[in-house]
Amino acid sequence: MENNGCLPCTTLREGFPAGLRVLVVDDDPTWLKILEKMLKKCSYQVTTCCLATEALKKLRERKDAFDIVISDVNMPDMNGFKLLEHVGLEMDLPVIMMSVDGETSRVMKGVQHGACDYLLKPVRMKELRNIWQHVLRKRIHEGREFESLEGFDFEGIHHFMRNGQDQCCDDVSLFSLEDCISSTRKRKDADNKHGEREFGDSSSTKKARVVWSVDLHQKFVQAVNQIGLDKVGPKKILDLMNVPWLSRENVASHLQKYRLYLSRLQRQRDQKCSSSGTKHSDSNPKDPGSSTLKNSMNKQQNVFSTDNLRCPNNGLLQLHEADFRGTVSELNNIVPGPNMTNVSHIGLDQTFSSLNSEGNSEVFDCTLPTQYTWNQVPQRKLQDDPKSQSIASMDSSPSAASSIASSAVENIIPAQSKSLMGNDLGLKTQEFDASLSLIPDLEFYQQNLLWGGEGGFSPLDEDLHFFLLQSECYDDMNFGMHNIEMPEYYYDPGLIADVPNHLFYDSADYSLVDQSLFIA
Amino acid sequence: MEVGQMQRQWLDYTRSLFIEGFLDGQFLQLEQLQDDNNPDFVVEVVSLFFQDSHKLLNDLTIALDQKSVDFKKIDAHVHQLKGSSSSIGAQRVKNCCIAFRNFCEEQNTDACLKCLHQVKQECCLVKNKLETLFRLEQQIMAAGGSIPMMELSF
Repeated sequence: MENNGCLPCTTLREGFPAGLRVLVVDDDPTWLKILEKMLKKCSYQVTTCCLATEALKKLRERKDAFDIVISDVNMPDMNGFKLLEHVGLEMDLPVIMMSVDGETSRVMKGVQHGACDYLLKPVRMKELRNIWQHVLRKRIHEGREFESLEGFDFEGIHHFMRNGQDQCCDDVSLFSLEDCISSTRKRKDADNKHGEREFGDSSSTKKARVVWSVDLHQKFVQAVNQIGLDKVGPKKILDLMNVPWLSRENVASHLQKYRLYLSRLQRQRDQKCSSSGTKHSDSNPKDPGSSTLKNSMNKQQNVFSTDNLRCPNNGLLQLHEADFRGTVSELNNIVPGPNMTNVSHIGLDQTFSSLNSEGNSEVFDCTLPTQYTWNQVPQRKLQDDPKSQSIASMDSSPSAASSIASSAVENIIPAQSKSLMGNDLGLKTQEFDASLSLIPDLEFYQQNLLWGGEGGFSPLDEDLHFFLLQSECYDDMNFGMHNIEMPEYYYDPGLIADVPNHLFYDSADYSLVDQSLFIA
Repeated sequence: MEVGQMQRQWLDYTRSLFIEGFLDGQFLQLEQLQDDNNPDFVVEVVSLFFQDSHKLLNDLTIALDQKSVDFKKIDAHVHQLKGSSSSIGAQRVKNCCIAFRNFCEEQNTDACLKCLHQVKQECCLVKNKLETLFRLEQQIMAAGGSIPMMELSF
């Protein structure tokens, strides 16, 4: 595989994903140690950092030293989201965010800032095992992006234009940004010329493409501002810009993307102002042409940036995506389903052979329950829903299991979102996530419970519910009080109809293990 | 006490810790991570947690002692503690933190002080419990036995 300056070529090395180079950033020393150990167990190459500034320094020292970054959201020296922005802009690496806080607004913020995943603490090893997919997906998407659209990073350019010298590596970063864009195209097109003077063509050929450099874009923006965004049109812009080799089509497509970028900015600003932080409205009425663009956005998934994940221009869509972010990471984990089972068995064998001479390893299936989960999820009719396309992460999953899962998730989402709207309990995301994964698990547990030699048990649903409610009601509630009121939120009729054992609880599905211990 | 007896004791004790909610499944994850390369992984991680939490609790005490309480700072500390406690599966500590954060939001100093007291207690409790557990483990190992498997499989 060709190695161009800023894109690391480690992706398709021998033995991938083993040896994946991960940078972990977390100010909590306990978590840092645990994550390091977990990642090492996945055969990844781990570097740890407890400060965001230190992490950035490491990243800047050698641009291609890492494949992926995992960072906590709350850090003393720098906000995790800021770090995310920097990494996305300067290094264009996939970044996974982590937090013990799974509130929808936070997750949404992560996604909006370009995180390719958002993990809830306590993080389980199986979630880390599959992070390599984000690296691979990025490569694939970058390839696709440049095929149909100009992969122009508005955020990056505008950020640079705004901050100029403030960024520590301004010139270098921009150069690498352009380099990235043009060299990736080089990779795609054999006869692509380097530099500005490329001639954009109409859709008949896909080869030559315009490189929108900062200067060019600045001219564009000046022209737009001069004319006025609501009165602007490609022809007018073209005339004002006075760049002879630029075509009307080039400007038109760039204008479209620019509009999308602006409307996204506007929505972000609106969200900052709104108190609840979750936006339900479909579009911002102030945006010119946003209604038509929205439709095209729903269809197009090749969003125009080198960052990994940009939500389509639909507030509702974002809510969904953020909702099941936790679920998606669960689903992502099962992509190499059968393999994972084996690997985990092996891992567990090794762990405990030293502790138990009998070498009985079946025991630990329980601690990785969701492995089996999605294979057992009943087939659901796939809703013909444009939102389904927003599940970008599922597009590239090869296995049947995850496509079953994705259809299941798509169907469940509307039910979830109904109860989620107008509801401030940020706990929901985790609960529904957990509920989806737990339903088959309970049956599994019921069949195979083995506790210190005691036999199986008959499920005492009421007791289980009570215990579960007890544990998860602590979230966002006064400690130990008013637990009984909680049930109405969780017993969403939409979910109940489909699912017999709706168990809702906190993010750690090990609580189920805890509760099952009661049944003895 | 012979090894078998000690092992049974260990099992019972561990079971009680889960039943009483001191620990949750995350603790099991830690035990799984322990291997020949890191034979004392669990003990190390737990020690790290208590070092870190000790500092956090001190900071919290100081912060709540101020004339004008900075609830944002306190919330940040509690959030940190919540994250930490979730790392070793200290469930009761984590739950305390959740309540604590609610009171921070309400800017209720008295309730916060109560929460602080409670969270300190829970930290102490789980620390003692874990120390007892580790001591038991040491005894078993010293007697030539091995730590029983946590048969929580389903």
